[in-house]
Order: sequence, then structure tokens, then C-alpha cells
Amino acid sequence: MKPGDHGGEQEGKPAETKPTHPLLGALTRRRAVLGMGAVAGIAALDVGGFAYAGGWLRPGSLTSLTPSRFADRFENVYGRHDGFRRNHAKGLSAVGTFASTGAGAAICRAAVFQPGSVPLIGRFSLSGGLPDQADKPDTVRGLGLLFQGPDGQQWRTAMINIPVFPDSTPQGFYERLLASKALPDTGKPDQEKMAAFLDRHPETVAALKIIKQTPPTAGFADSTYHGLNAFRFTNSVGVTVPVRWSAIPQEGPEVPASSPGKDYLFDDLIRTLAQRPVNWRLILTIGEPGDPTNDATKPWPQSRRSVDAGTITITAVHTEEAGNARDINFDPMVLPDGMTASDDPLLAARSAVYARSFTRRAEEPKSPSEVNVSQVLK
Amino acid sequence: MTKEATTASARFALPSRILHWLMAPMVIAQLFIGVTMIASLSCYPLLLAIHRPLGLLILAFAVVRLANRLTHQLPPFLATMGPAERRIASWSEYLLYALLLVQPVVGWATLSASRSPIILIGTLHLPGIAPHNVDVYAVLRQLHTVFAFLLFLTFTAHVCAVLFHTLVLRDRLLDRMALWPTKSTAPNRDEAGV
Repeated sequence: MKPGDHGGEQEGKPAETKPTHPLLGALTRRRAVLGMGAVAGIAALDVGGFAYAGGWLRPGSLTSLTPSRFADRFENVYGRHDGFRRNHAKGLSAVGTFASTGAGAAICRAAVFQPGSVPLIGRFSLSGGLPDQADKPDTVRGLGLLFQGPDGQQWRTAMINIPVFPDSTPQGFYERLLASKALPDTGKPDQEKMAAFLDRHPETVAALKIIKQTPPTAGFADSTYHGLNAFRFTNSVGVTVPVRWSAIPQEGPEVPASSPGKDYLFDDLIRTLAQRPVNWRLILTIGEPGDPTNDATKPWPQSRRSVDAGTITITAVHTEEAGNARDINFDPMVLPDGMTASDDPLLAARSAVYARSFTRRAEEPKSPSEVNVSQVLK
Repeated sequence: MTKEATTASARFALPSRILHWLMAPMVIAQLFIGVTMIASLSCYPLLLAIHRPLGLLILAFAVVRLANRLTHQLPPFLATMGPAERRIASWSEYLLYALLLVQPVVGWATLSASRSPIILIGTLHLPGIAPHNVDVYAVLRQLHTVFAFLLFLTFTAHVCAVLFHTLVLRDRLLDRMALWPTKSTAPNRDEAGV
């Protein structure tokens, strides 16, 4: 591909097709103007369409909530902390295995549910965008897991220790974040703003009531973690069912420290894992017709059939650093063949906002994690 | 090389024209899918699921097209293009080829660096082509954005230039790439008498 490869033409000698009279003289002014107008119109449509699709022409309104604006809201509420997740910023990397019973294969053809064992990468975290917040019992705890299935198939999930989610829509979550922003003088949310938010969101009021019925456990190791959103599982004969999953602890309380420090929840987990692995049962709950799949604020009836898919064993934890769970986006839409999203609007939004958060923190300078394993075990 | 060169029969080779019009809608769709998906809360996973295999398809077509380009001669430029414009046209063509080849590879490498599975459809997926490294991801992800805008701008300039020739100069430039029947008359004489 050299400039000279236009059929037989020699470079710098565009002489062969010289017109015999000035070309523009042959055009009427009106046709030229019309032509220019058409070119300008098509160019405007092209550039305008691109800018509209990219969200640059839709400032402000709630209907134009974008992943960037969602990530901005976290930064607005918690401040910007370079290199850390916009939410669940404080965390600890973990590794382990998932030993499948094979029972899950009855409802899902994903390879991780075949009898056998797959490696896990995990991350324990506290909700909120503050990477150095003090551990408190009622701060929502998270467990992110990446199941590394055979053939490069992955299943990623980010679970939390509350039985339902407080919001049914991304918009609700976006608004609640601002309503629950701590005031600088009191460190507590503005009561009026929160009350006004709850007035407009009865689903959140109902969800918070359910959440209050199950107080948090002593630590990370004895917490139950819920996937919250519904998914669709398809088995090898093509039958699809709605499913929610939970990780049920198999441990009693951890080894508490003599004097609880700022990071006591993480420190207890680190000390426990230094002595023994920690286990959870992975329970798949199967929804029935009429069970809400598009609303994570609503629990399914207790009587629903469940499958014990196997044991999640966390064998070790590590300080967050390059290459471990720090650099994994626990995107709930990374699913193996046999699992798909339900109609829950939170799922797509989580995927989109997690991706934005991941890209932002990847591009920012990194600083050490608050939770440091070697300091705890020293 | 005088009369023949100016007639509308001096078109691009048939495989070139077929490849051009097969790829054009894919590339336009891909650009719009890409820019829509990063701004969308509700359609992000669906659009990403289309973006991945479509990117690979574009890469495959771009490779075929490069091979085709290297083995076929181009028709001569029209007289309505001066030396400077010819040079710009040639270089922008090379830029388009480069971007159509590089952009899908950068996208593929970006997913690889983020440790994501590169799922095409069902269980079919691509191997990783970059190390699992968040710093590498950050660079590749920014490159993907820069190349996307560059591709969009080059595409827009290309469309505007062809439309300017076709609608303002009325030199039948577009006919050279046409898959549809066109009048096989000389471009200049046709309009001159009107």
C-alpha cells in the first residue's frame, strides 16, 4: 500500500484526467448549496447521533443516569480515593476452593456444578467508598467470589450479608446514596432527606424492616452472604428456572482479639484463617412461578426448594496488592454457560457501574490497603 | 490512460466493493454500540455481549480486506482531486485500515488484561492475549477509547469527503465503490451540459 499503487498512476503526476474546463463552472450555485447542505446535514446527524448515544447531550435528568454519573455519586458521597473501588473500598483478598456436590447440575449445566473442585479467588469487604473506615458491626459485609471453572469459564458473584437489597432499581440506589450522605458536622445522614427518600420509596422501607430482623453476626466467618439478585439457570436438557443463591457459614464465631482495633472484623478473620480454613455451603434456592425475579427488595417464601451445591472453602487471605483480588472486578454478569441474568434491573446497572469503577481505579495511582495481613499476624 | 480512467467503469475491484459494503454497517454499528454501552445502565451487558463477537468479526474481515487490498490495484483518482487531496485520501485510507485491524486487537487485549473471560457466544471464547495486569488494562482501555474516537473521526471525514464529491462536485466519486448499477458516462462531461 504505497501512495503510488493507484492503477498505473505515477506519484505526483495526477495529469491523466485533467478537466478541459473548470469543474465548478459547470455547477449551478443552487445545486452546490443544496449539496453542501446535504453533506452538513449528514455530518451533523452522524456526529450528533454519536454524541447523543455517548450521553454527552443528555445532562442532568434521572432518565439519563449513566455509569459515570453513578460512579461520580459515590465520589461525591465518600470522596475520591485513588486506586480503590468506588464502593466496598475496604477489603481483603482471599483464595480457596469450591467443592461441588454435583447436586447443582440438576438445575444448571455450568461446569462448576459437576462433581469436583474448582479454584476460587475471593474478597471480603465492607460497603461504602471509604478504604480506611473503622470496622463496625452493622456496616454491610461483602464476599466477592470468582469461580475459575474448566475451559476458561468463570462465574463471578458479589454477595452481601443482608437478606434483601434495600433498593429495587438503580435510580432508587442512586438517590438513597445521596440521602444517606453523612453530614460533615454530625457524621450522620440528614434525617429530613432520608425521611423524604423513604416516603418516596416504600419498597426500601419494607426491605429495611426485613434487614433489621436479621442482625449481623460477630464477624466475616460466621456471616451468611446472599447473592440477592435472581438469575436463570438452565440444565443440560434445557429446562430453565429462576435461582437466588446464598453462602451459609459452617463456623462458629471467630477467634476474637484481646482488644478490638479499628480493623477488628478483618483482623479476626485473618487470625482465624491463620489457624484453619473457613467454610460455607453454597445453597441455590429455586423460585416458583410468581416469585419476584426483578425485585431484589422482596424475599422469596422460606418454603422454596433449595439445592446444596457444595462447599466454599476459603483457605488463605492476603493483603490486597497487584495481581490478587484487588485487581478483579466482581461483575455479577460474568457468568458461565448455563447461567443468565434475570429481569432484575440492578444486574445490568451493577455490571455497568462496576466496569466504570474498575476502569477509574485502574487508571489511578495505587496506595496500600488498610487491611494488612502481615501486620496482624506479626 | 485518459478516457478509460475517467469513466465510471474505473471502479474498485468487485471483492473490494463487496468487502467495503459488508464492513461499513458492521463498523458503524460497532462504534455506536461501543459509545452507547459505556453510557448505559440498562443495556451494558447486552451491548457488550454483541460488541465482543462483532469486534472479532470486524477483525477477521479487516485481515481479509488487507490481503485483498495488497493484491488488487486501485482505480485512478478522479480529476476532481488535487495532489494534496489525493495524498490526504491515501493516508486516511491507511489510517482506516490500521484502526480496523488494531482496534479489535486492543479490545481483545483489554479484556485479557482485566482477567475477564472473552466470551463470543455460549461456551465459545477466545484465549487471553495480554498479561493479567491492571496497569496494562488501564493503558489498553484508554487506547481503546482514543482509537474509537480516531476511528469515528476518520470515518466521518471519509463520509463527508465522499459526499462532498458526490453531492457538491457531482463527480460520481461514489460510483467507484458502487455495487449497484451506475451510468457509465464520464463524470465531468455528464454534468457539464446540464
